[in-house]
Amino acid sequence: MSKYLLNKFLYTVDRDPALVERYREDPAGTVRWWESTQANRIINCVDGEASTWLRFEESERAALAEHDHVALFELGAHPFLTLTLFIALFERDYPEPLGFQQEYARRMAHVTLPYPDIAT
Amino acid sequence: MAELVAVIASTHHPFYYRASNSTGEDRAPFVDEWVRKVEAFRETLTLARPDILVMVGSDHFHQLWLDNMPQFLVGKAPFYDANFYNEEREFGLPKMLLKGHEDLSSHVLREGLDAGFDLAFSNEMRIDHSITCPIITLRPANDLPIVPIYTNIFAPPLPRPERFVQLGRTLRQLIESWPADQRVAVIGTGHLSLELGGPRQFGPHGPDPVFDQKAVGWIAGGDISECLAEVSLESLHLPGNATHGFMDFMLMMGVAGEGQKADYVDTYDLYHTMEAYFTWYPNGDPR
Repeated sequence: MSKYLLNKFLYTVDRDPALVERYREDPAGTVRWWESTQANRIINCVDGEASTWLRFEESERAALAEHDHVALFELGAHPFLTLTLFIALFERDYPEPLGFQQEYARRMAHVTLPYPDIAT
Repeated sequence: MAELVAVIASTHHPFYYRASNSTGEDRAPFVDEWVRKVEAFRETLTLARPDILVMVGSDHFHQLWLDNMPQFLVGKAPFYDANFYNEEREFGLPKMLLKGHEDLSSHVLREGLDAGFDLAFSNEMRIDHSITCPIITLRPANDLPIVPIYTNIFAPPLPRPERFVQLGRTLRQLIESWPADQRVAVIGTGHLSLELGGPRQFGPHGPDPVFDQKAVGWIAGGDISECLAEVSLESLHLPGNATHGFMDFMLMMGVAGEGQKADYVDTYDLYHTMEAYFTWYPNGDPR
């Protein structure tokens, strides 16, 4: 399980407006590209000093490729990162203020305490 | 020596800026009362006539990331740019530039290290809404130098609540031992019960109004011992999955001191979360 890498995907996509749009339009392609070219970049190091060992589990890859925020929650992705990025992706599709945020919560209505551990 | 003229603890609601600037049909019915409450709260800081603001908050995965995560970090820079793209995008927050106070930052770092807190530091820090929200609500002129202090309430493993209280106590000692003729206010922001990214988010109230009432009582009464007896890293999961931000309120209770009743208390029950505003005057109420 690579909760850290899930979070890294959410974090690096969320902070880049072009990547947010790319992930909205082509989630599976964006996840493939990101895992093959970005996953091992250390954010504060130059490219030649990348890591060599980071990869998604299949369930993680699928959750990201399907924009499945409920699965991401169950996998232990940081809920703040998921929520922030998904608001950027989909809030625009809901006419009412907070419409997306409330739908997001409704889709998770079956979730009970204790929530999945988010420690990385 | 420096004088601690006000201790302020507040929620930081990132929607306040946009809500308070909204007009016409965009202005929700609850906004006028919210603005009135914030302006009354602001007056409690204004009356204390501070020269410097020590600002306690928490980075929300903006500059600080999981490859290099400090537990407590003090900014030491002449300026701090503020707010991030995703805060402009989601909350409509403006870009800001705040002045720093490097002498007080240096004092807090040196003396804090010697007092047993292995504080991280940053010489180039972009601050986020945990600090800019209280500037917007409490000091919108943004005319005072700041010392930003970040706590980790976000990325486990977290320091325990006791540690936040201890840091607050130490911070007060550090400020009061600073050999400068300056009036210092400490402003810290956190949350009461809060859920983000879970099934209880964005309801008509905060996710746990019972916890909120208890928490307001602890803070208003300075009931640190009672609060510590009930609150743990584990228990804070129950009121809502982002409730660990309450530990920044506990830090501020540490600054104010055991048994010190707040001189000003106000709350506002909003959708999503309860707003809560507290001011202590450690050296006399200027009102």
